[in-house]
Amino acid sequence: MNDLATYNFAYLDEQTKRMIRRAILKAIAIPGYQVPFASREMPMPYGWGTGGVQVTASILGPEDVLKVIDQGADDTTNAVSIRAFFQKVANVAVTTRTKEATIIQTRHRIPEEKLSEGQTLVYQVPIPEPLRFLEPRETETRKMHALEEYGLMHVKLYEDIARNGHIATTYAYPVKVEGRYVMDPSPTPKFDNPKMHMSEALQLFGAGREKRIYAVPPYTDVVSLDFDDHPFEIQSFDKPCALCGAEDVYLDEVILDDKGGRMFVCSDTDHCEDRRACGHAGHMLARKEAAE
Amino acid sequence: MATPLVVSEVAKSFTMHLRDGVRRPVVANVSFSVKAGECVVLGGPSGVGKSSILKMLYGNYGVDEGQILMDHDGKLVNLATAEPRTVLEVRRTTLGYVSQFLRVVPRVSALDIVAEPLQARGTPIEEARAHAAELLSKLNLPRELWSLPPATFSGGEQQRVNIARGFITDHRILLLDEPTASLDAKNRAVVVELIAEKKAKGTALIGIFHDEEVRDAVADRILDVSAFSPRKAAA
Amino acid sequence: MSTLPLLKVNDVSKFYGSRIGCRNVSFELYAGEVLAIVGESGSGKTTLLSCLSTRLMPTSGIVEYHMRDGQYRDLARMGESERRFLMRTDWGFVHQNPADGLRMTVSAGANVGERLMAVGDRHYGNIRATASDWLERVEIGVDRIDDQPRAFSGGMRQRLQIARNLVTSPRLVFMDEPTGGLDVSVQARLLDLVRGLVHDLGLAAVIVTHDLAVARLLSHRMMVMKDGAVIEQGLTDRVLDDPREPYTQLLVSSILQV
Repeated sequence: MNDLATYNFAYLDEQTKRMIRRAILKAIAIPGYQVPFASREMPMPYGWGTGGVQVTASILGPEDVLKVIDQGADDTTNAVSIRAFFQKVANVAVTTRTKEATIIQTRHRIPEEKLSEGQTLVYQVPIPEPLRFLEPRETETRKMHALEEYGLMHVKLYEDIARNGHIATTYAYPVKVEGRYVMDPSPTPKFDNPKMHMSEALQLFGAGREKRIYAVPPYTDVVSLDFDDHPFEIQSFDKPCALCGAEDVYLDEVILDDKGGRMFVCSDTDHCEDRRACGHAGHMLARKEAAE
Repeated sequence: MATPLVVSEVAKSFTMHLRDGVRRPVVANVSFSVKAGECVVLGGPSGVGKSSILKMLYGNYGVDEGQILMDHDGKLVNLATAEPRTVLEVRRTTLGYVSQFLRVVPRVSALDIVAEPLQARGTPIEEARAHAAELLSKLNLPRELWSLPPATFSGGEQQRVNIARGFITDHRILLLDEPTASLDAKNRAVVVELIAEKKAKGTALIGIFHDEEVRDAVADRILDVSAFSPRKAAA
Repeated sequence: MSTLPLLKVNDVSKFYGSRIGCRNVSFELYAGEVLAIVGESGSGKTTLLSCLSTRLMPTSGIVEYHMRDGQYRDLARMGESERRFLMRTDWGFVHQNPADGLRMTVSAGANVGERLMAVGDRHYGNIRATASDWLERVEIGVDRIDDQPRAFSGGMRQRLQIARNLVTSPRLVFMDEPTGGLDVSVQARLLDLVRGLVHDLGLAAVIVTHDLAVARLLSHRMMVMKDGAVIEQGLTDRVLDDPREPYTQLLVSSILQV
């Protein structure tokens, strides 16, 4: 083990980790409820996942295998930095493979691969309060949660339909957890909302700047809000992934040149690689191979 | 049938606090009754308290002493001491008032102003309007004015709207405060006719008429209000 | 005519430290009745309105409300959840400044629809239809349904606030100087509208105003307040035509005749 990991495992001091674990336990006990916690300064700026990092640091053990994704990818700056951070301060094993990971820290996406019991998904959350859009007073939003006054959430959806003809909210789409608390699932695309419902994995949410932790325990009811005549729908894509040919997955647009050339590929890089390794090929890959 | 209106030993004075609390007695010991189908006209020189008596009967002047008993839906109500909501209820179903001046309500048409008291008693709007139209044409109010708010009408036109509004219901007691003051001979005759119809239906009417011709035509009895002068009562 | 009062106010006082807000106020309000509370600034009328509408806790005294289940409830002892539910379903509150009662950054339709969504209405089409209907009733063009109140004139904002409050068919509405900041011609229109709605819906209302003409036009009964106390009350036209108390006589004689 290197010095940093032995000096103080996973960067945070033990008292802080205990404080955060208590907040996590409370959050698990009250699914969807935002538990305040004494968020610490982390060696990275707010907006880089300080909430998620603190949660991960508090639940991480030496035997864990960590995966970090940003927009579904393991190889973007944020993901690489956080992964390197934990290698340095906890000396844990890291992976890019969803199946092998015990803890997955994420920003924006839930992996395409179905998560299973024993896995924990840690979300980095910028603004945890779903009611903030229309109600700026924290005292009032807390009261609204306490009294289950959620009419305002539908005002937001109403405005969406009035303006766009359909519910145009595509990410941070509000959900109701276990029939009680309305929760903001962080800036994940609404495409991923159904994956939260009855998930086998534990889902933890950390908001560092806003100092809130909330959770969805395994096998919990998670319902996206909607209207009877405008039911919740996820995005669908016209074409399969250009590289692995996968359908029913979330795709990112990649610009290929300055002449309007573009392709749509899996946002979940591990899932895409996995499929290609198994011999699936999208039209771009097939063309490339044909050219070789 | 009970006597619709019995007034017993009513007294009224004003205390003018803005003029060092000067107390000005208006009337005292006012006692009379009005039978169904009877029209009693209040007489006497001006300033003797005729209008004040009408206003006490309607409830917009308070009463210092005495009783004003009305037969309201078979129950006896003392208007002198009744709760505001009872007074309103009596006004709605038992007691009508045709004042000298129309209190203009912004934006409401003449026809609807006339129809309103009927509507307030539960008559469907169309039926109430039909009845209102009937009365307004009887009173010769030009048809083109019916749909307009009466704010800009002449005095005589406003008064006819007011009369129609007062006569549209079948209140058992009707108070008339110079309803013919600004009317021409033709319309005065219409009002006399309307009063005769009310009497025939058994309404108890009590009014102030300065026009002798009208007064003689409608009065069954003239009550000299000078008799209730507080100085006289004190003497 | 309902035989039981909707609101029973018994000996309500409110002190701000040693300063009197209002004291020893008692009255009953029945369904369909409009009560005007008049008096000059600082007379305690707004404090009283706040005590009645649970926006302030009275220092002493009891305010009871006749719930839809037929029971009387002491408002001060009601749980917050139930009280807030009552306020957004069975009650309305019209503020003098529409910005205090509206959400200025959401559309007129959503402003009207919010109470419906709050009580569980989940059909967009129905909510929008009801909102359109209410905009029409308060004389706002249905083509403005998707505009924010920021783009509305003062009079329109006030009418929108009224629609927002009445959409759940409340039985009791509190109004704090509803015509306060409006031009005279706009006032007349609003008064007429309120008068019609109160009449058509059989609402009970408590209206705080310093304008006796507003009281005359809208209310059945009146309470005159001075230095925190009710000094005279009764039928509105009785109080205005035959004022008894020195202060009421002063108020009535101060009206400008046009």
